[in-house]
Amino acid sequence: MELKPGTRLRSQVGPTEVVVVKSPGGDLALACGGQPMIPAGDVPAEGLTVAETASDSTQLGKRYTDPDERVELLVTKPGVGTLALDGVGLGLKQAKPLPASD
Amino acid sequence: MAITLLLDLAESMDPERLAVGLRQEEITAQRLSALTTGGAALIAASGARSVAFIGVNSPAFPVAMFAAARAGVPIAPLNYRLAEGALQELVARLDAPLVVVDEAYLPVVSGCGVPVLVTSEFMARCATEPAVDLPDVDDADPAVLLFTSGTTAAPKCVVLRHQNLQSYVLQTVEPGSAAEGDSALVSVPTYHVAGVGTVLTNVFAGRRLLYLPNFTPRSWLDLVRQEEVSFAMLVPTMLARILDELGGEVPDLPALRTLAYGGARMPQPVLERALRAFPAVDFVNAYGLTETSSTIAVLGPEDHRIAFSSDDPAVRARLGSVGRLIPGMEGQVRDFDRVVPAGEEGELWVRGEQVSGEYEGQGSVLDEAGWFPTRDRARMDEDGYVFVLGRSDDVIIRGGENIAPAEVEDVLLRHPGVAEVAVIGLPDEEWGECLAAVVVPATGAACDVEELREWVRSRLRSAKTPDRIVFRGELPHTDTGKLLRRKLYSEFTTAPAGS
Repeated sequence: MELKPGTRLRSQVGPTEVVVVKSPGGDLALACGGQPMIPAGDVPAEGLTVAETASDSTQLGKRYTDPDERVELLVTKPGVGTLALDGVGLGLKQAKPLPASD
Repeated sequence: MAITLLLDLAESMDPERLAVGLRQEEITAQRLSALTTGGAALIAASGARSVAFIGVNSPAFPVAMFAAARAGVPIAPLNYRLAEGALQELVARLDAPLVVVDEAYLPVVSGCGVPVLVTSEFMARCATEPAVDLPDVDDADPAVLLFTSGTTAAPKCVVLRHQNLQSYVLQTVEPGSAAEGDSALVSVPTYHVAGVGTVLTNVFAGRRLLYLPNFTPRSWLDLVRQEEVSFAMLVPTMLARILDELGGEVPDLPALRTLAYGGARMPQPVLERALRAFPAVDFVNAYGLTETSSTIAVLGPEDHRIAFSSDDPAVRARLGSVGRLIPGMEGQVRDFDRVVPAGEEGELWVRGEQVSGEYEGQGSVLDEAGWFPTRDRARMDEDGYVFVLGRSDDVIIRGGENIAPAEVEDVLLRHPGVAEVAVIGLPDEEWGECLAAVVVPATGAACDVEELREWVRSRLRSAKTPDRIVFRGELPHTDTGKLLRRKLYSEFTTAPAGS
């Protein structure tokens, strides 16, 4: 799926929703709970379940990224199901807060 | 979903957190969200294709801004201080607007032939309007229209799209990161890009927005104390007036942790006074333009402390920088088509998702690779600190040498007899341009032209010494603190000789 900053995606196996903060562009395979993520407005396929190997929970308002920090997602609705890029699980990003400026 | 995503996320993270207004008003994130849903229904039912907001700072502005976003129409906060005709011209430039207007400015727009709602009525109806189905809003749709202050020409209408504003906030703010009880005092007007940015960043961070409708230094100090404000943003002229009001007294504002400043160039002597007056406060210099969706570079608290306490001139000089570019932004300094190395002067170009660079009716001014010319003269040091020297248009070319007015102004401001100063270039037969300094003397100080010239000559050099110095009671500024150099220039060039 074509990913660009601002794109909103949802899980097919739970309530998880994310917004793309950073993306290198191009085709990227994002998954949640072992199933491909779909545009936030689309209806999930029936009968899909969370893969046992991808059953971590996502946290509301937290950022997730791959080890190379190519992709960054912000969780807008939490749920069960590990976020993954090209089959590799995403990790919680350490926040490096900027001082408030306006 | 667009920028309303920011409010929705803040609401889901902490619905009971106070979001806007005085504590006693008890407007929580959930309440704010509900008001914006009502407002969106109202806007959608009106058939308006844009919303004009003509009013002082109040909780009605964030309500109107998010309501317009939910309804999928852009909001244009207009400068209510403009002359009647000028304000009406701006309203006429908007596409089928619904005008939300403070009672005080109602007579100005009542003859415009467009639907009008008084702010208090708008707020009341936001609370009662039943929800309706709202359109899907595309990230590429316009969210905010801002008219530039037009210091040189007719105001240009900058288009900020949802994706620009959303990118700015998502790149720079952690959702819900503010501590319980934190608040941000907003003194910049709604029609300033910082007045827009502050709504988005503080709502997203979970920091209560508090408004000071008409700034005076005393009312600012009082409100900061009464409401235990933790963060405030000021334009440099406001900070200078607060320091004057304090007159050397140490303010008793224990809750205040951070002061951000921006919107115009900060004279270094004013900043040094501020750092001494507020030793326990974190200072943040925010640099940005309307066309870049607010802040693109930040000089943070640690930068300020290190620079202020350093004896190394190169480190100390960073107090005069706007800091480093924020995540998601790239910058280059160019001399015409050439990207110059660190340390060299040129024009600052920037690139990033938050940059709009687009004007209504004129299109985008970004180059093919997406770079935006800021029209600011700047240099960048090897660590990426950006030094903004002034607007490119203000650079004085004297005998082939580029002179940034700011450098000469800062030297003059250090003279005890000088309260305020502007340096401009005037036509000159010998040099092409010569330097004229317009000085506002400090109260009770005696100022001598030759003494001031010598003051500059001994600190800079003769090419940067003002050829003429005149004294005035005050300098012309826009109400958001920008010096009106053009106005001074035309006063000089149209005044009779010898003035």
